Amino acid sequence: MKLFLKVWRQSDRNDEGRFETHTLDEVSEDSSFLEMMDQLNEQLLEEGTEPVVFDHDCREGICGMCSLTINGHPHGTENSTTTCQLHMRKFEDGDTITIEPFRARAFPVVKDLVVDRSAFDSITQAGGFITVRTGSAPDGNALPVPKNDSDRAMDAAACIGCGACVASCKNASAMLFTSAKAGHLNMLPQGQAEKDKRVLAMVSAMDEAGFGNCRNFGECSAACPKDISLDYIAKLNRDHIKAKIKSVFA
Amino acid sequence: MNLDSKIPEGPIADKWDNHRFSSKLVNPANKRKYKIIVVGSGLAGGSAAATLGELGYNVDCFCYQDSPRRAHSIAAQGGINAAKNYQNDGDSVHRLFYDTVKGGDFRSREANVYRLAQVSTNIIDQCVAQGVPFAREYGGLLANRSFGGAQVSRTFYARGQTGQQLLLGAYSALSRQISSGQVKMHTREEMLDIVVVDGHAKGIISRNLTTGETNAWTADAVLLCTGGYGNVYYLSTNAIGCNVTATFRAYRRGAGFANPCFTQIHPTCIPVAGDHQSKLTLMSESLRNDGRVWVPKKAEDASKHPNDIPESDRDYYLERKYPSFGNLAPRDISSRSAKEACDEGRGVGPGGRGVYLDFSDSITRLGESAIRERYGNLFQMYERITGENAYQRPMRIYPAIHYTMGGLWVDYNLMTTIPGCFALGEANFSDHGANRLGASALMQGLSDGYFVIPYTIGDYLAKAGAGAISPDSAEVKEVMESVRERVDQLISSKGKRSSRSYHKELGQIMWEYAGMARNEKGLNKAIGQIQDLRDDFNKNLLVPGSGDNLNAELERAGRVRDFLDFGELLCRDALERNESCGGHFREEHQTEDGEALRDDENFAHAAVWEYDSDDKIPSRHQEKLTYDNVKLAVRSYK
Repeated sequence: MKLFLKVWRQSDRNDEGRFETHTLDEVSEDSSFLEMMDQLNEQLLEEGTEPVVFDHDCREGICGMCSLTINGHPHGTENSTTTCQLHMRKFEDGDTITIEPFRARAFPVVKDLVVDRSAFDSITQAGGFITVRTGSAPDGNALPVPKNDSDRAMDAAACIGCGACVASCKNASAMLFTSAKAGHLNMLPQGQAEKDKRVLAMVSAMDEAGFGNCRNFGECSAACPKDISLDYIAKLNRDHIKAKIKSVFA
Repeated sequence: MNLDSKIPEGPIADKWDNHRFSSKLVNPANKRKYKIIVVGSGLAGGSAAATLGELGYNVDCFCYQDSPRRAHSIAAQGGINAAKNYQNDGDSVHRLFYDTVKGGDFRSREANVYRLAQVSTNIIDQCVAQGVPFAREYGGLLANRSFGGAQVSRTFYARGQTGQQLLLGAYSALSRQISSGQVKMHTREEMLDIVVVDGHAKGIISRNLTTGETNAWTADAVLLCTGGYGNVYYLSTNAIGCNVTATFRAYRRGAGFANPCFTQIHPTCIPVAGDHQSKLTLMSESLRNDGRVWVPKKAEDASKHPNDIPESDRDYYLERKYPSFGNLAPRDISSRSAKEACDEGRGVGPGGRGVYLDFSDSITRLGESAIRERYGNLFQMYERITGENAYQRPMRIYPAIHYTMGGLWVDYNLMTTIPGCFALGEANFSDHGANRLGASALMQGLSDGYFVIPYTIGDYLAKAGAGAISPDSAEVKEVMESVRERVDQLISSKGKRSSRSYHKELGQIMWEYAGMARNEKGLNKAIGQIQDLRDDFNKNLLVPGSGDNLNAELERAGRVRDFLDFGELLCRDALERNESCGGHFREEHQTEDGEALRDDENFAHAAVWEYDSDDKIPSRHQEKLTYDNVKLAVRSYK
């Protein structure tokens, strides 16, 4: 198939950036979206132009590194699919495809389609863990966890930290990401001891990193390649209010 | 080369205890005087950095990705083994030890494997406490399943994302240390060389991938937790960025490289669709429980629609050749049989490199909904990649490179032949011998990081004393200069061919001659072709742009350059290992029925390669492997 690509180019964080248009011939419909990008880059090399930089690694939908906004949608329009899992048979011969980075104030562009998502790491560092000294854990079966709770914790823990939720949100809010990690740990008995502290710390780290406020539009969950539910945002809001009140009366 | 394995005295069950007691300790107040560099943030690196930071050491941790949470451990699907015996089905530390040594086809070190089995139980406790959401039974206790090469259910799992959940556990522990300031995390920073001063590892040189700066870091010890080298085959189930540079650079500075020819090929991957292919995707082996593997009996039927080929014209070759194990024959045997069928021209799909995995019998017997419930996500993944509906026509599968058992030689303390340089996880060679069992890679990575290195590094540090050298010292500057030269040379390569095209060609050579089956003639041919390719690379490589910003082509060129040297070493090792064992199958050494034929008399050893110079063939040393607790036996799956 033949494609017309409108690709975002930006030399660094301070550059204004612009779209560049390229025509790509003989794209196999069996190739993945990123393999199509590889093909574009080989063509650019032949033409003597610098290839387009984009983030990618595992190419099987689990590492969360790939991050393109395709025709206005983070990871494209397919449900439950990361960019690396998207295949070209979902496009038509002659299509024009617009390819941009994930856009959010807290995710500054590094170069071309690569953005800096270290703000997510700082949220996790603030409280996205259970404090357990290596070697001091009790037996794995000492504390039974109801299967239902464990399954719901797993649903939240499936987040790959890609940032599609932020990129799809008008306010660039990181509530879905933050609530998924907090929800995972807060739902388990092991996570109870630090629950209030965790919630307060993670939410304030999120605010400090420059993410916007959540307005409950739900675009994030629709864009999420792992289908993380909005319920976790509701839970985080509840847990946060409880922790806030407790901290006032403590 | 000194290959003293430092296996502790005493009966095998007491060795680790004895060793921990006789090892020196670093006093808690003194730990803060030591600096440790950890390269890689996967299960081994992440858990090591977190644990060492928690103990009070000053840790610098490096990864080439944008976050430590992206390391490729995250892609492991199946599970993690542990000798918990929660199922009361006869498991024990000794049985896990036995299964691992036997599964490794008697090419691993007994003492290390025994310790791995011992600490496996601590790993599960640790991960549960961290909040890893392992699968549970209705009573709330942990669930288990069984895996290849074992007769007990000892595998713990978190849906099909066990690697992800274990890595996120290690990442959360690491994050806690980063926030406390005990670990400094350096992302998008790739190690390009190791600094060795007076024979001891004292630091690394890295390149900041965003700014292009070359940086020097010094410490009292360096831990390489940089994974395997499967990408030397270009197409593998590894992430695109996985590379051999860190371990290979250590090899060039004096670390012995052990058994590079021990590579594992996984039988159930989605076949190559065309020239554009950049990686291969694994599908869980569990599919073979309900799918039947076949190819057409006649080569001329290979291009027909599978549903038009009558039952009588199909060859269910695994059931025919291995009646008792059938479609569940081990990984190496299933993979080789698929290759044989395709070599006979009976392969299906693009390029004739695929075999069918047919669920129609199971669907008739159990109903489509039962199959959907068991494998729905895998069928969905298959459809996403191939566009085919496997409920209606058989899946196509083909083997692919998945894991590498070889790696830097380490002693019982996980120290390489460079004192102060340690290798953990897939980057070392120690525990899996010539073949790794399913669900054992995660176990080894976390065992090394959480429970082995915190003890063994203390012994080294206590004896060596604290004292990181200055990053401005002459020895560091010299290595830094050589790294800069290397990078400059790459960036000034303005030839005609992209590094990707070289990588692809190298992969084809490796897969053809050093893949599932190897022979002397082919390996010699491969060595010649790799040398020619490398010469061409040095003359005609094209690297665009400059070295002072994010330049993915430059990164790849450096990695491919090391793969070109390493591929030759792998072939050389395969050539010298004149026997078949585990994942290493030499066509000259097989039984009348085509099974692998080991030569314990001459090859019950780890082959350790020592680098001399670019003009000289590296020398091959041996660490003799003795089996006092498991009797050497032939694996049979008939």
